[in-house]
Amino acid sequence: MVRFEDVSKRFGATAAVDRLSLDIFPGEFFALLGPSGCGKTTLLRMLAGFETPDEGRILLDGSDIAAVPPHRRPVNMMFQSYALFPHLTVAGNIAFGLRQEGLPKTEIAERVGAMMALLQLGRLGERRPDQLSGGQRQRVALARSLVKRPRVLLLDEPMAALDRKLREETQFELMDLQARLGLTFVIVTHDQEEAMKVADRIGVMNHGRLVQVALPEEIYEKPNSRWVADFIGDVNLIEGRVTVADADGVVVEAAEGIRFQADATDGAKTGETVWVALRPEKIAIASITDGKRADALYGEVLEIGYRGDVSVYKVRLDNGLVMKAAAANTMRRVAQPFGCNDRVVLSWARDAVAVLTR
Amino acid sequence: MQGRLTRVNLAALAIGLAFLYLPIAILVIYSFNDSRLVGVWGGWSLRWYRDLLGNQAMLDAAWASLRVAVLSASIATVLGTLAALALVRAGRFAGRTAFVAMIYAPLVMPEVITGLSLLLLFVAINIDRGFWTVVIAHATLTLCFVTVVVQARLLDFDRSLEEAATDLGCPPWRVFMTITLPLIAPAVVAAWMLAFTLSLDDLVIASFTSGPGATTLPIRIYSEVRLGVKPEINAVCTIMIAVVASVLIVASLLSKLTVASRTQRSA
Ligand SMILES: Nc1ncnc2c1ncn2[C@@H]1O[C@H](COP(=O)(O)OP(=O)(O)OP(=O)(O)O)[C@@H](O)[C@H]1O
Ligand SMILES: [Mg+2]
Repeated sequence: MVRFEDVSKRFGATAAVDRLSLDIFPGEFFALLGPSGCGKTTLLRMLAGFETPDEGRILLDGSDIAAVPPHRRPVNMMFQSYALFPHLTVAGNIAFGLRQEGLPKTEIAERVGAMMALLQLGRLGERRPDQLSGGQRQRVALARSLVKRPRVLLLDEPMAALDRKLREETQFELMDLQARLGLTFVIVTHDQEEAMKVADRIGVMNHGRLVQVALPEEIYEKPNSRWVADFIGDVNLIEGRVTVADADGVVVEAAEGIRFQADATDGAKTGETVWVALRPEKIAIASITDGKRADALYGEVLEIGYRGDVSVYKVRLDNGLVMKAAAANTMRRVAQPFGCNDRVVLSWARDAVAVLTR
Repeated sequence: MQGRLTRVNLAALAIGLAFLYLPIAILVIYSFNDSRLVGVWGGWSLRWYRDLLGNQAMLDAAWASLRVAVLSASIATVLGTLAALALVRAGRFAGRTAFVAMIYAPLVMPEVITGLSLLLLFVAINIDRGFWTVVIAHATLTLCFVTVVVQARLLDFDRSLEEAATDLGCPPWRVFMTITLPLIAPAVVAAWMLAFTLSLDDLVIASFTSGPGATTLPIRIYSEVRLGVKPEINAVCTIMIAVVASVLIVASLLSKLTVASRTQRSA
C-alpha cells in the first residue's frame, strides 16, 4: 500500500529521516514509536506531502507520489494540534474536505451526519472549536479526516492531550473504526502502551531510522537490540559471554558468575559478548521458605516501587548483581510477604530469557 | 509602577487631556455657536451645518476626499496585505532586508519629502495632476501602515490550519480565500480603516499631488481658513472629527476582538 524506499530528509546538518525503508500493508494499523525528535512527524509529513524527501521514493499503490501535490493525495492527516478551523462550526469543519471534492450538498450533509453520529458529536454541530472540550476537539479532528474516507489516515499523536480514561476510550473507538471501515491507519505516538494496544504492527524509530518493525508481542518479547529492549517497557539488561551455543539453546555467563539458559538464538556465537534481557514481570520473587536450591538466585530486597496493581522490587543478589522483579499485588500492601531488607529468592523460566547480540 | 489615582495624578491627567483636546472641544462647541464671531457665544444653533449644505465647493471637496480615501485605502490594503504575506511567508529570499526597509521607509519619511518626490515623479512622467494622482499618492503613503498591521496578525497565524486545509484537498488559492483571508480579515479591515482616516485628513501630500478639479477637503478647509475662520469650517471639522473618531473606534474594537478570540482559543 505505502512503501518508503531509502527515504532521507535532512534539516541542515540533522538527518530527521535517514535512509528509511518501510512497507505498510492495506488495512493495517501501523504504529510508529520512538523518542522525541527521532523523525516520526517528518516521516508522516513526507507522506502527506508537506515535506519533500531529499533522497529516496515514496510509493502509494506502486506509483511514486513525489509529483502529486498534497491536496491531491488520497492521504489525510490528523494533526497533533488538531488544526481545527476556528471560523467554522463543527459541522463546517467536518464538511470542509467533502466540499473540496465538489460533492452534492445532500451527500455532504449525509456523510457529515453519519460521521458525527459515529463519533458521538451529535449535538455539537453548530458549535465553534473554541466552545469544545479537548476530547471533543480531538474527535472533530478525527471526524474531519475520516469523513474523506482516505486510503491512508495518518494520526500524529492523536491522543497526547487526553486524560487516561478518555484516551483508552478513544483508542478502542479508533480500533473499532479502523476495523469497520477497513482503512489503513498510521499512528505516531511516544506512548508504548498505546502502540501495543492499538497497532497490528509497530515500527520503532531512533535517529531517523527504523530499528525494528514487528508485531507488538515480538517487539516486547523478542527485541532485536538492547536499545529496543530498553526503550520498550522495563528490562534487566545483563552483559555476559556465550559459553555454549547449539541447536538446544544458548548459555550465557555473566561477569558475576550467573549462568543464563536461553533458547537457541540467531547470531549468538561461543565466546562472544552478548546481553541478556529479562523482563521484571517474568521473574518470580518469593520469600525463602525451604532450604537453598542450587539453581535459584538469592538476594536482599533493596527498594520497593509500589504501582498499585504491581510492585517492582529491586533486589541485590548475593553475587552483587542488582535485578528488578515485578509481582502482582494480589494481597493488600500491609500483607505483603516481604519488605525491604528481607531475603528473597528469584527464579524465571528459560523462555523468558532473550539473548541480544547488539 | 502600580499606582492609585491620587489627586496629583488626576490633575496631571486633566492637564494632559486638556492640552490635547481643549482646542478640539472649543472647535466643536463653536460649530454649534449661533454667533458669526468666534469668541462670542450666541447660543446653540445648527445654522452653520445648514449653511454648509448650501456650500457647493465644500461639499464637492468632501465628496472628492471621500472617494480618494476609499479608493486609496482599498489599493493600499490589497498591496499592503500582499507585501505582508511576502514578508511573513516567503522565508529568506534574496533582497528581503532591502524589501523590508523599503516597505517601512515611508513610515518615518517626512511627508513633505514623500509629497515632493511624488510630485516630481508625476511631472517627470508627464501625468496631469488631479484626482488619480492623489489616490496613488495616498495609496503609497498608507501602504506601509497596512503592511505593519496585517503582518502582526500573520506572524502568529497557525500555519497548520493551512496545511490541514491543503491536506483535505483544498488547492492553494482556495486555501487562501477560505482559511487565511477570513482569519486575518479583522486585521485587514482595521488596516483599511487606518488607511482611510490617514487619507481623509492628509493635507501635505494632497497639496503636492492634486491639481485643478481635485480639491480634497483638507485643502479646501486650509484655503478657506487663510481668508479668515468661518463658523462653517468649524462645522466641517466637527463632522470630520466624528467620522475619523468612529472609524478609529471600530478599527480598535476589531483588533481587540481578534485578540480576544485568539486568547480564548489558545486557553
Ligand atoms: N522544519 C524543520 N526545520 C529544522 N529542523 C526540523 C524541522 N522539522 C523537524 N526538524 C528536526 O528533525 C528532527 C525530527 O523531527 P520530528 O518532528 O520528525 O520528530 P518527532 O519524532 O515527531 O518528535 P516528537 O515525538 O517530539 O514529535 C528533529 O531533530 C527536529 O528538530
Ligand atoms: Mg512529532
